[in-house]
Amino acid sequence: MEHATTLDHTEDVYEPSLTPDSLGKLGMWIFLIGDTMSFGALLAAYAALRAGAGVIGWVPPSDILGINLTAFMTFLLICSSLTMVKALESIQKGNVGRMCDYLGLTILGGIIFLGLQAYEWTHLIKHGLTLTGLPEHSLSGGAISGSTLFGPLFYAITGFHGLHVTGGVIYLIVILRHGWSGRYTSEYNHEVEIVGLYWHFVDLIWIMVFTFIYLL
Amino acid sequence: MAQNEHKDHPRYMFIFLWLAILTAIEVGIAIPEYSIIIKGILLIGLACGKAFLVATYFMHLKFEKGTLAAIVITPFLICVFLVIMLLPDLATDARHNAIEKPATEVVDTTPH
Repeated sequence: MEHATTLDHTEDVYEPSLTPDSLGKLGMWIFLIGDTMSFGALLAAYAALRAGAGVIGWVPPSDILGINLTAFMTFLLICSSLTMVKALESIQKGNVGRMCDYLGLTILGGIIFLGLQAYEWTHLIKHGLTLTGLPEHSLSGGAISGSTLFGPLFYAITGFHGLHVTGGVIYLIVILRHGWSGRYTSEYNHEVEIVGLYWHFVDLIWIMVFTFIYLL
Repeated sequence: MAQNEHKDHPRYMFIFLWLAILTAIEVGIAIPEYSIIIKGILLIGLACGKAFLVATYFMHLKFEKGTLAAIVITPFLICVFLVIMLLPDLATDARHNAIEKPATEVVDTTPH
């Protein structure tokens, strides 16, 4: 129990445990925790089905997927995370123009990422990686040498992440528009921080997806 | 009111460089062919390190209250638990043999 004196409204001794700023942040964190479980379940399903492929085997993902392109995509997301923190840093110093520039760069990073993912998907579909099939070159002598579960898992996981990036880009555009209209100042900027939390989370999840799906 | 003032911003550029370097190391580790177990341990370790850097510095977890960090770590622990719970199911190799072998035999013995 707190001291009874803190109930006095004129007193400003303790910072209240939940301010409008921190409520929004807490809300985003709770959403992200739920999202972690969604991705965790998807990746655990991937691990389970891969380990359980048994005698059918599992085609090494690096035989099907291009590591170089996705390494670049990873780098791109890391860059956009950097521009995101720079945007927050700028507005905390009261520099609205720079914040907008950095937010714009972050959005650009997200859009390029989505473009590359679309390119990757079309390329893979053309080569035969579908929800039910594997590319020709991963088949040995007409017989399937790997579980066809790779396709659906790959598209479900990267697709779910891609949707998060799409949502993030839209979210960032909304915040950028608010920024242009002069909504944020060096005191009022928690909305920028909250969109940042979401964006870094998307980056963090991609780090995991990149490792589990592409590299392993 | 002044709750944001005490935040000492980390060197973001430094964290960014670390993330880029770790990504390069990951790719370097992943390309050669060798034991999937060693590869898995190294890659998952590096990925966790990168995730830690992003959460701690970019998401400012280091500068939040300890309670929040505890809440945030929980789902990751649950995910690890989830994988551990799945392990007994994966270890039963007999199941695959039971499913796979008869299937090929059925094809062989189909009467013309």
